[in-house]
Amino acid sequence: MRSIALIPLLAFLLLAFLLGIYLWQLGAGEKKTFQLPSALINKPIPEFSLPPIKNMEAQTKGLRTSDLKGKVALVNIWASWCPPCQAEHPILMDLADEGIKIYGINYRDTPRDARAFLEMLGNPYKKIGADIQGRVAIDWGVYGYPETFVVDQTGRIRYRHVGPINPGQLNSVIRPILNKVSR
Amino acid sequence: MIARLIIALFLFTPNAFAVEPAEMLKDNALEARARLLSKELRCLVCQNQSIDDSDALLAKDLRTLVRERIISGDSNDEVIDFVVKRYGDFVLLRPPFKFLTAALWTGPAIILITSAAVILFLLRRRKKTTGNAVRPLNSDERALVQDLLAEPNKHDP
Repeated sequence: MRSIALIPLLAFLLLAFLLGIYLWQLGAGEKKTFQLPSALINKPIPEFSLPPIKNMEAQTKGLRTSDLKGKVALVNIWASWCPPCQAEHPILMDLADEGIKIYGINYRDTPRDARAFLEMLGNPYKKIGADIQGRVAIDWGVYGYPETFVVDQTGRIRYRHVGPINPGQLNSVIRPILNKVSR
Repeated sequence: MIARLIIALFLFTPNAFAVEPAEMLKDNALEARARLLSKELRCLVCQNQSIDDSDALLAKDLRTLVRERIISGDSNDEVIDFVVKRYGDFVLLRPPFKFLTAALWTGPAIILITSAAVILFLLRRRKKTTGNAVRPLNSDERALVQDLLAEPNKHDP
């Protein structure tokens, strides 16, 4: 009879434990349950070659796989029509000022809008490729915008961040990974 | 008349899908394969819709991609593989059975079996305790019952 009375209590504790894990994962903005793991972690970056943004050939240069080999780099997929991309832009500008190499893939944008975006907010990218069809973004497994990939010296993807990078995540997630990968 | 027309419109609405006419393949058999595959692939933007259902830009791109792979001669498995390589198992609306997804697939069965076992166990125990509660009469009680049965009217006022 005693043990039967314990069953509701045990069920409650189990539920509280599971919900607690969920809360803990949401906490501190580090782990987001809606961030899907990339299928490309520790895999070589996809083979691709993208042209520069039209009428910005000198500044954007285009982007291809070989540009990303032999160095630690951030690859940022962005679009002028994506408000979160605008929100994270100042952080990318700061990182570029610190000397971190950032490369851009401009996703499904018009050259005119992309240019206006960069002229207004600044250009943190060493090189930008224009992915007008959105096909290269699929090869990177991109599903939300912006997305930021950490690529190591061997040309492998080490981390993928979905959504805008906020200052908290920059310090708690992105910087530690950059440090780890640079070592 | 107008009411009938509206009812007719509702009656003849086909099942909703997001495929646009321009995306469709001319070959009906290939298009049918593309539709079938699209229903198996999750739209990662909306996450609870297939790319066949979703109006998201990414879903449209993936639909086009599926059709391109089919045209270029990929088998159904090859098309699915191509997408899974980029987006992982999560893109499959029916996840494959492997070590990581074992709990997902076997969980409901395990919960059903364990809860059935617990209920059976409890029911059996209850039967046993109620069985014990009915103890046989002792000799005094038996005598009293015999007495009552033998002379039904003795105790009436």
